[in-house]
Amino acid sequence: MKNDPVLEVDQLQTYFYLRDNKVAKAVDGISFSILPGETVAIVGESGSGKSITALSIMKLINKPGRIVEGKILLDGEEIHRLSPKQMTKIRGNDIAMIFQEPMTSLNPVYTIGNQIVEIIRKHQNKSKNEAMERAIQLLKTVGIPRAEEIMKEYPHQLSGGMRQRVMIAMAISCDPKLLIADEPTTALDVTIQAQILDLMVEMKERFQMAVLLITHDIGIVSEYADHVLVMYGGQIVEQASAQVLLKDTKHPYTTGLLESLPNIDEDVDRLGTIKGTVPPAYDFPTGCRFSSRCPHVMEKCKLSNPELIEVDKDHFVRCYLYERKEGQ
Amino acid sequence: MDAANDALVKVKNVKKYFPIKGGILKRTIGHLKAVDDVSFSIMKGETLGIVGESGSGKSTLGRVMLRLLDPTEGSIYFNGTDISHLNRRKIRPHRRDMQIVFQDPFASLNSKMSVAELIEEPLIVQSSLTKAERKEQAIEIIEKVGLRAEDRLKYPHEFSGGQRQRISIARALVTRPKFVICDEPVSALDVSIQAQVLNLMKDLQDELGLTYLFIAHDLSVVKHISNRVAVMYLGRIVEIATKKSLYNNAYHPYTQALLTSIPVIDHGQNDIPRKTKIKLTGDLPSPSDPPSGCTFRTRCPMAHERCSLERPELIEKDAGHFVACHLYTE
Repeated sequence: MKNDPVLEVDQLQTYFYLRDNKVAKAVDGISFSILPGETVAIVGESGSGKSITALSIMKLINKPGRIVEGKILLDGEEIHRLSPKQMTKIRGNDIAMIFQEPMTSLNPVYTIGNQIVEIIRKHQNKSKNEAMERAIQLLKTVGIPRAEEIMKEYPHQLSGGMRQRVMIAMAISCDPKLLIADEPTTALDVTIQAQILDLMVEMKERFQMAVLLITHDIGIVSEYADHVLVMYGGQIVEQASAQVLLKDTKHPYTTGLLESLPNIDEDVDRLGTIKGTVPPAYDFPTGCRFSSRCPHVMEKCKLSNPELIEVDKDHFVRCYLYERKEGQ
Repeated sequence: MDAANDALVKVKNVKKYFPIKGGILKRTIGHLKAVDDVSFSIMKGETLGIVGESGSGKSTLGRVMLRLLDPTEGSIYFNGTDISHLNRRKIRPHRRDMQIVFQDPFASLNSKMSVAELIEEPLIVQSSLTKAERKEQAIEIIEKVGLRAEDRLKYPHEFSGGQRQRISIARALVTRPKFVICDEPVSALDVSIQAQVLNLMKDLQDELGLTYLFIAHDLSVVKHISNRVAVMYLGRIVEIATKKSLYNNAYHPYTQALLTSIPVIDHGQNDIPRKTKIKLTGDLPSPSDPPSGCTFRTRCPMAHERCSLERPELIEKDAGHFVACHLYTE
């Protein structure tokens, strides 16, 4: 049990069928797994497919989008085969998700208490009073002072940090196996961000959850993730442990991302840049999807897309600059 | 800090209070002190960064400095002239020298206007150039910000976020201002695009001799672009110093907490000891009902009795390094 992954994603492809026969390959062949108590981060710029990956795991893809291929296994169960009705039992129960902007995920016309109690009663067989008690206990767990009073308040009466704590309380209310956090702190100030991320780590350890953390902030990845997937154009371009990825960066895109960040500990006169912008998902260049922006582009990059290969133990790169590790 | 005479902008004891109305008669029942007694100056060609969390008053300060909002008290000197009480007509000639770039390039550009119309609009309002001259000046600035002259016939939706921010910058710079306020100009952009825009802003500053007030919440971005940095908390400046002094030797507990809260990338190569994190508990108090004495005391790990009684003044701790904290007043 211990080393069985909570989540396994195998060759996931989510396409969006647009007008004029355009197909946006938002997620195109992603595979990864998360162990209990492990945090896997997906980093990438907007349009890289990181949020669509999360929504695909939750099976929240609507038309014109569709999961075309791939397996999603939660604790060994093939959830990609479940009907929408069966899936509603999984969501909120086994998989919970928190989003970037807590104000849009909380209902403004119901009290905080009302919303947490609703979730608890929907998924667990509890009386109203039991659910109320559980809700107060959850709010205390996530460090909300005056929990009894907050139960009676409305979302607009709380600050952004408090609202995100409420979201986390709701997410852990049913002891999920997997927590998906999509840019959970992007809308928050740095001092509050640190509080929320620490809270997530605490909850993860306490409940042995697997966490899928989606972020664009490489600083957060460095401090909070065990494993990292760098996404570009709907595909993983580099995959390694957080430590290895930052120390021994291989893919030119990852290097570009790191160099374009202003560093608080060092002074540089000019920041490194990646030329151009992310191409739209229906119009990737042929060959390597990063070839239109890559500083090391070669002739063969424009012809075919490299495979994701293992260049070191557990370090995968999708780039022609690197060769497969010896003996493979 | 205000010793030199060649300060382009000087802010003196500026306050901006917004009335809070309540009751059936909508009488003023209190004030929200968005900016509360702030003074500093910015030298010619310098970039002053302002950091602070949301609600700290940094954007309000920027708007007051441009007289987009009227100050409740205090004076703003621009190029030696007190502009804080000029009426609409008298301030107009100064407006072309002071411009602003906003955060969200999707919201700040009118989607029904072409790039040419957007960029030439400030010239129509603020100069007496002919149509041909306006076109020429617009093309010049379009090329300077890294767009092509042909782009002037396109509309904002045809551009990506980074390119739109270039249009916003061109629009601000077309009147050839001396002073530009940049209010979170890169926080809506992806990191690789953010770097392009930051580099562009630095290049333009060198080329055109601009003076910037750079407002942001991201401390590493502010550090990259600024010469001096001011830290705001609940409408007041709690620390102001040169970039080097502030980032290497922060005195105020709030600045220290801000600096250690940023997640940093551990490249694993250097042996720089990890800074011990100073964790703040709680949220920013409401600016309509700030704590007595030092407004930071409710979250400060070092707070003592005096902090609730007396408000600390900005004192010069090191040369050019000012801090408002009772820890340093004895």
